[in-house]
Amino acid sequence: MTMSRRCPFHGAILALFACEHAFASTASQHVLRPAGPQAESIADLWNLTLAICTFVLTAVVAVTLIAVARRRRAESTTPPDVASLDRSEARARAIVTGAVGVTVVLLAVLLVASVLTDRALARMPLQDGLHIEVTGKQWWWDVRYDDPDPSRVFNTANEIHVPVGRPVVLTLKSPDVIHSFWVPSLHGKKDLIPGQTVTFTLRADVAGVYRGQCAEFCGYQHARMGLLVIADPPETFASWAEAQRQPAAPPVDEQARRGHDVFMTTTCAMCHAIAGTTAGGRAGPDLTHVASRTTLAALTLPNTAGHLAAWIDDPQAFKPGTNMPAHALDGQDRNALVAYLGTLR
Amino acid sequence: MNARAASVLVVGVLAALLGCEREARRFEEARSAATLPQSIRQSDIQPAANSAPAPLANAYEENAPALSEGQRLYRWYNCNGCHANGGGGQGPALMDDTWIYGSEPANIYASIVQGRPNGMPAFGGRITEGQVWKLAAYVRSMSGLAPADASPSRRDAIHAREPENRIETPPPRNAVPPAPK
Repeated sequence: MTMSRRCPFHGAILALFACEHAFASTASQHVLRPAGPQAESIADLWNLTLAICTFVLTAVVAVTLIAVARRRRAESTTPPDVASLDRSEARARAIVTGAVGVTVVLLAVLLVASVLTDRALARMPLQDGLHIEVTGKQWWWDVRYDDPDPSRVFNTANEIHVPVGRPVVLTLKSPDVIHSFWVPSLHGKKDLIPGQTVTFTLRADVAGVYRGQCAEFCGYQHARMGLLVIADPPETFASWAEAQRQPAAPPVDEQARRGHDVFMTTTCAMCHAIAGTTAGGRAGPDLTHVASRTTLAALTLPNTAGHLAAWIDDPQAFKPGTNMPAHALDGQDRNALVAYLGTLR
Repeated sequence: MNARAASVLVVGVLAALLGCEREARRFEEARSAATLPQSIRQSDIQPAANSAPAPLANAYEENAPALSEGQRLYRWYNCNGCHANGGGGQGPALMDDTWIYGSEPANIYASIVQGRPNGMPAFGGRITEGQVWKLAAYVRSMSGLAPADASPSRRDAIHAREPENRIETPPPRNAVPPAPK
C-alpha cells in the first residue's frame, strides 16, 4: 500500500503537525480528515491498525505489569524453583498458544484489510473522468487540463481545481528529478519519475481547499513545493474552467500596457507563457490567469501585488535556488509589470 | 584493530570528508541586464599596437552547478533548436574545434548577447548576465574546453554522444589570435 510504504507512522506524525500554516490556513492537509472515497479507505485502514495496535500494546503492557506485580520474592539464600521441570505447565502453555493464535489472527486481519484497501483504491469508477496532466518540476507543479478538443486545453500551475463528486484522472510526469504527489485529504502518495508516465485517480466528495505537498525529497526547495486542490461544486468548476480557457485580456490602461511591453521585451517572456500574447515560454509557470490564483511560487507567498513585486525583484530571497533569476527592472517598469500581471484574472 | 588505529581511521575519514565539497553554489547573481562588457574584442583588427584589453574570464567556468545550469538553459532557451546537442544543424556545430567568432569565454558571451549574422539572435536584455555566462561555460564544455571535473556528467535522458566531462580537449584551430604586441 502506498501509504505505509515509506513510514508506518505517517498518520501519527501528521497528527503531531496538525497545526496549520500561517497563510492558506483554510487549506487542510490532513490524513485523518478524508474528503474523498480513497482517503476514506486509507483513513479506515489507519483506524483499524490503530485500534488493533492499541489493543495489543495495552494487553502486552497489562500482562507485563501483572507479571511484575506477581513475581516471587526471593532472598539470596532461597533455592531455585525447578518445580516446572517435574510437572507440566498446562495453563501457561494454553495462554501462550492462545496469544500466538490471537497474534496470527490479528496480523492476518491487517493483511487482508490492507489488500482490500488497495483493491478499493484501484477500483474507483472512472466514468466521465476529468483528465489533468500534472508535471512536477523543481519546485512547482505544472498543470494542464486535457480535452479531446485541443482548443479547450489550458494550463495553470500549483492550484488544481476539481469538480466535487467527479473522478479525476491525473497523468503524472517529471522532467527533472523524482517528486511525489500527495494530497492527504484525497489520496495517498504517488511518485513522479522522470521518463515514466503514471496514472493516478482521485475524487473529492466534499467541497473545500486541500493542501498537498511534494513528498519525495527533490532538492533545495522541496519543502516549498506545495499545491492546492480546490474542490468546487460542478457549476462553479465549469465557470472557472471556461474562464481559464480564455486568452489573457489585453491591457486597457496605460500602466498595464507598459507592463505588457515590459513583459514581452525583457526576460519574462523567455520562460513564461501568457495565452493570447507572443509570450510562449514553457520553462516557468503559465501566467495567463495568474491573478486568479491565491499563492505565488508553489504556496511560498500569498498572491498580492506587494509580494509579487518583491518576488520579481529577487526570487532567491524567498526561495533560494529557484530557477527564476533576479531582475533588474527599474521601479516604474516593475510597478507597471505588477499592475499588468494583476489584470490577468 | 586496536582503539588507537580505529581513532586514527575515524579522524582520517572525517578529514577526507572535508574535501567532498567541490565548490559553493551561488544563488545570488548580479541583477544587471545583460550588456556587452567593454573589454570584449569585437575584431582582431587593431588600430595601433596598444590598448589590448585584458581577456575576460568567466567566473562560472570551473563551477559544476553553474555548468549544469548552463546545460539546462541551453535546452530552455532553445539553443538546441539550431545547434542541436552540439552537432549543429541550422547553426554551426558547437562540439567541434571550429570557432567562427572565437572560442574564448568572452567571444561566446558576445555571440550570445549581441547575436551573429545569418541567424543567431541576440539574447542581450532577454536573459540575465549570469545566465549568459553559464551558457558560455557550458558551450565551451561541449568541446572539452571547460575543466573536466566541473563539466556535466552523463545525463538521465538518452544522448548520442559522450558526456561533456569525458570529451578530450582539442586545441582550437581558429581561435581569435592574440592581440599584436
